[in-house]
Amino acid sequence: MASISGPPVVRQASPTADPASVPAATQPVVPRRTAPRTRRWSALLWVAPAFGMYAVFVLFPMAQSVQYSFYDWDGIGPATPAGLDNWKAIFTRPELLHSVEHAFILVIFYTVLPVGLGLVAASLIRELRPGAFSTTARVVLFIPQVLPLVAAGIAWTWMYSSDGLVNQVLRAVGLEQHTRAWLSDFTFALPAVGVIGVWVMLGFCTVLLLAGIGKIDPALYEAARLDGAGRISEFFAVTLPGLRRELVVCTTFTMIAALASFDVIQISTQGGPGYQTMVPGVEIYRLTFLQQHVGQASALAVFLAALVLVVIWPIQRLGREK
Amino acid sequence: MTTSAVAQRVTRTGLLLALMLFAIVPLLSMFTTALATPGSTPQGLSWPSDPHWHNFVDAWSAANFLALFRSSTLIVLGVVPATVAMATAAGYALAQLNVPFGKAIYGLLLVGLTLPFEALITPLYYDLRSMGLLGTRLAIILPLIGLLMPFGVFWMRAHFLGAEPALTEAAKVDGANTWQTFRRVHLPLATSAWSALAVLFFLASWNQYLLPLVLVDDPTKRTVAGGLGAFQGQYGTDIVLLCAGSLLIILPSLVIFLIFQRNLVKALMQGAVK
Repeated sequence: MASISGPPVVRQASPTADPASVPAATQPVVPRRTAPRTRRWSALLWVAPAFGMYAVFVLFPMAQSVQYSFYDWDGIGPATPAGLDNWKAIFTRPELLHSVEHAFILVIFYTVLPVGLGLVAASLIRELRPGAFSTTARVVLFIPQVLPLVAAGIAWTWMYSSDGLVNQVLRAVGLEQHTRAWLSDFTFALPAVGVIGVWVMLGFCTVLLLAGIGKIDPALYEAARLDGAGRISEFFAVTLPGLRRELVVCTTFTMIAALASFDVIQISTQGGPGYQTMVPGVEIYRLTFLQQHVGQASALAVFLAALVLVVIWPIQRLGREK
Repeated sequence: MTTSAVAQRVTRTGLLLALMLFAIVPLLSMFTTALATPGSTPQGLSWPSDPHWHNFVDAWSAANFLALFRSSTLIVLGVVPATVAMATAAGYALAQLNVPFGKAIYGLLLVGLTLPFEALITPLYYDLRSMGLLGTRLAIILPLIGLLMPFGVFWMRAHFLGAEPALTEAAKVDGANTWQTFRRVHLPLATSAWSALAVLFFLASWNQYLLPLVLVDDPTKRTVAGGLGAFQGQYGTDIVLLCAGSLLIILPSLVIFLIFQRNLVKALMQGAVK
């Protein structure tokens, strides 16, 4: 195969030339046309294992989810066609609708706050001299991201409990009357769960944005200074545009985590109290494995997958255009 | 240095310290709690007058951690090498070889990049039940390979897109076939990319919670994270033991991260912004 494409290249080049240094322009069209043909179909073999596993364990189940969503099925007996009932329920049954609302509220905690605070932190830290301190800072900030979310859930469940650190601090500063069991409080449970998201995501965003700032040409900052720009206008004129790609990565990653959250909520509140912290991920799990409403769970699952795609798509487009 | 410059430096360092404190405090609280008197309910953050280091040993045996670690190791060994190898081959082909329907294949894989695991867990449960794999480690390993694949292919393709075309041409002229070109030229240059991917996949498998929770009933056949979930259900009221157990669970992820953090953070920066 390769020998077909090899020799003609050499023949067309000057006889003494090192093959690797043949300029691209002098490479003949002929071998390029024949060589890929001969290896074209064999190239599929390279992709086959990866795509095979993906097809069997992702694409096929996804198609099944779509199919299940039009049926009423308890997972054991025969399935009965349910038309669009399961889909209508997502928009009419309050607990399903609320779970989707909560997912969007979590975006504030998983995405808006970490990216916003990360930006502020990164632009302030920017001029800190590199050394042992900044390396330690980077490592420490990143730690919450690499731990199992289960452990994050357990750690924060303890932080929020009546004897936990949050209440301990409130008592210490004389705000005794504001202490409560945060995760079983109807008003504060969802924001409390949200703060766990901030904890997991903030370091990741800060570290990524810091690296991005490091790549911005310092001359741009000097030019801004010479133009008399203050800290704020410098931030909007230089830092923000320079971080476009990193911002897109942070936003995409954290939004998927927010909309599809499961581990932290399953561990800390299971969606409670009542339905105050219920999110689609936990609701899918409960519908399938605790209530045996497989059709309803599947409709919500397909809806969630589509929702994530619809939300992420425009952000990705934003990152690509220049 | 002017006073305002000093003030700015202090502000910056202070801000950074505050963020670091926020990141580390829940773990510190867990640590001091894990050392308290067994069965007591200590305060959130207080160094015990008489640290009970033995709590870690108790948690170790209560949760049957040896079996859990063994199980997690088997799952990681089943998932990571296979997934990295398949993703590397596919990423190389999609970037460097002329794969028929390559665009369509890559497009389908990209859809999987944003797919939440929960969206697939219901059909996966019934599929694995009909395959007779429910309750075995394969029920975690096989779906995980499929679920991690889109990211793996995306990551490796991004790396191989940046490979020098002149190297391929040179190898071809030397008479190397496609496999030899890949094996001798491109794979050695991709070491940092695939090893970073392996670390990420290690963390994703080790920390995986949903799949074991649903697909395997026996906690000793789960990942450590899945086992910790069961541990919480069982010892949820014994906060001292729970904190000790959680710290034991966290340790391997933390150690792997600290060993590879330099490469990992660097690779994430490069990979993420591609």
